[in-house]
Amino acid sequence: MLKIEDLHVYYGGIHALKGLSLEVTDGQIVTLIGANGAGKSSTLRSIAGLVKNRKGKILFEGQNILGKTPEALVGMGIAMCPEGRRILPHLTVMENLMLGAYIRNDRDGISKDLDWVFELFPRLKERTWQKGGTLSGGEQQMLALGRALMSRPKLLMLDEPSLGLAPLLVKEVFEIIRTINAEGKTVLLVEQNAYAALKVAHYAYVLEVGEIVLQGTGEALIENPKVREAYLGG
Amino acid sequence: MKTPNKSRDLTLTTAAVGLLLVFLWWANGHLDNYKIQVLNLIAINSILALSLNLIYGFTGMFSLGHAGFMAIGAYVSSLLILPPVQKEMIYILQPLIWPFSVLQAPFFIAVLAGGFAAALLGLIIAIPVLRLGGDYLGIATLGFAEIIRVVFTNLTPITNGALGLKGIPNYANIWWNYGWCLLTLFFLIRLINSNFGNVLKAIRDDEVAARAMGINTFKYRVVSFSIGAFFAGIGGALMASLITTIDPKMFSFLLTFNVLMIVVAGGLGSLTGSIIGSAVITVLLEWLRFVENPIDIGSFHLDGIPGMRMVIFSLLLILIILFRREGIMGMREFSWDSLINRFSRGGEAR
Repeated sequence: MLKIEDLHVYYGGIHALKGLSLEVTDGQIVTLIGANGAGKSSTLRSIAGLVKNRKGKILFEGQNILGKTPEALVGMGIAMCPEGRRILPHLTVMENLMLGAYIRNDRDGISKDLDWVFELFPRLKERTWQKGGTLSGGEQQMLALGRALMSRPKLLMLDEPSLGLAPLLVKEVFEIIRTINAEGKTVLLVEQNAYAALKVAHYAYVLEVGEIVLQGTGEALIENPKVREAYLGG
Repeated sequence: MKTPNKSRDLTLTTAAVGLLLVFLWWANGHLDNYKIQVLNLIAINSILALSLNLIYGFTGMFSLGHAGFMAIGAYVSSLLILPPVQKEMIYILQPLIWPFSVLQAPFFIAVLAGGFAAALLGLIIAIPVLRLGGDYLGIATLGFAEIIRVVFTNLTPITNGALGLKGIPNYANIWWNYGWCLLTLFFLIRLINSNFGNVLKAIRDDEVAARAMGINTFKYRVVSFSIGAFFAGIGGALMASLITTIDPKMFSFLLTFNVLMIVVAGGLGSLTGSIIGSAVITVLLEWLRFVENPIDIGSFHLDGIPGMRMVIFSLLLILIILFRREGIMGMREFSWDSLINRFSRGGEAR
């Protein structure tokens, strides 16, 4: 579904991604793990069209999407749930969700997806008319996920969905990612919480300073001694 | 969900507008010219504050170019309502060039033309300038307003240069001003509460998130900026006809500053705040004139100091920034529901 070939990203003089190549297979959960500054977020941001200085090839369903605007990419079925949730604090939960469906015009489809999101996150339904800023951290993460789903994406990209959440909520978020995937969405997940991410992932890549150093199925990487030492605490 | 009682709200709004009209009719017949002038200024300042609030408060674009848009609106509209004979008399240095020398339009059309001219200019400068963000945008728009002023000072065959325009017909009576003010208010209420308004607020709160949702933020910023410029032009056109004399010096940064002060004091991101802010600040600015007159306190004599009220005002602005940064209303809006709730809760307490 998504194939990246030899992607380079520059921020000013910094060479953030150095010829990265990876592949996301339809219907899978694929995760990128790595330390701070390894280039995980840069990868997601360049797929979403939010990074300007890039070079290489990003193929989505066979089409090169490098250089397309973020608007066009959302229309093609790529949704990103950015790091730090970034919900809109002065708008209600409903308004946040409806803005997620901004590029769509099919009323029936939107209301169907809205029902689905409320089914996934019953707590959001209780808070429909509350301002986004009044929600708890966990609820805000649910809202961010729900909002990304409202564009009816084929590929859902999640940047650090467990960041700053209590352990119990982290578990819940990963359960939900599994559910979303089971309903047919392909997921590209970036995580600091390497163990939990590898547990849910079908396939995983390990990034180190802008390059892929290891790859394999989630289970294989959990067993890999190098990964255990560097990311899973021995 | 709180089900908004639409028919009740419509009745109450109509009644409130009716009351306002009755008050204006009474004021027109019973108050002296000075008080009516203050009422007129409140309406015009409301239009200006609402338009700046759309740009700054709702879309998050720090713009300091309001005086420039007002100047465009004022000159375009004035040139259209000045009678040709009058134009010939005031253009002493260089005659007014064709077609401006013969163009004439009714007041409503002239004001509208002023608004559209300002919107068009807003659109033209928005495309390069809105690529900037934050403080840089403020500096660029401030520069733009100064450019307009300098161009108007030197474009003598059209603007009559530094002499300005005199004897502009005084059509902008209380009805025109409040009519335009209500029109602006209702238009912006509809706009802000629509999906378009939500998109603007999304851009203000988090531009990256807005782009990630597939919103073309640049397009929305340009449209919002142009609509703001349109109403600034309308405000400028009405102002010109109200005070009947304009010159380029009038449209300096101080004018933008006054509008900005109203918006900040009323509350960024609150239409209600802009209306209350213009009423409070306009009245205060007039009332504070007494500090510029000589004052006797017992045997102590103070000479009047011109400009003293601006000192007091600047202090007031500093106090607002220090102690009540969100202004009078914050981001809240007036609604009939909240008013009725307040009264009924007060009743239960007793």
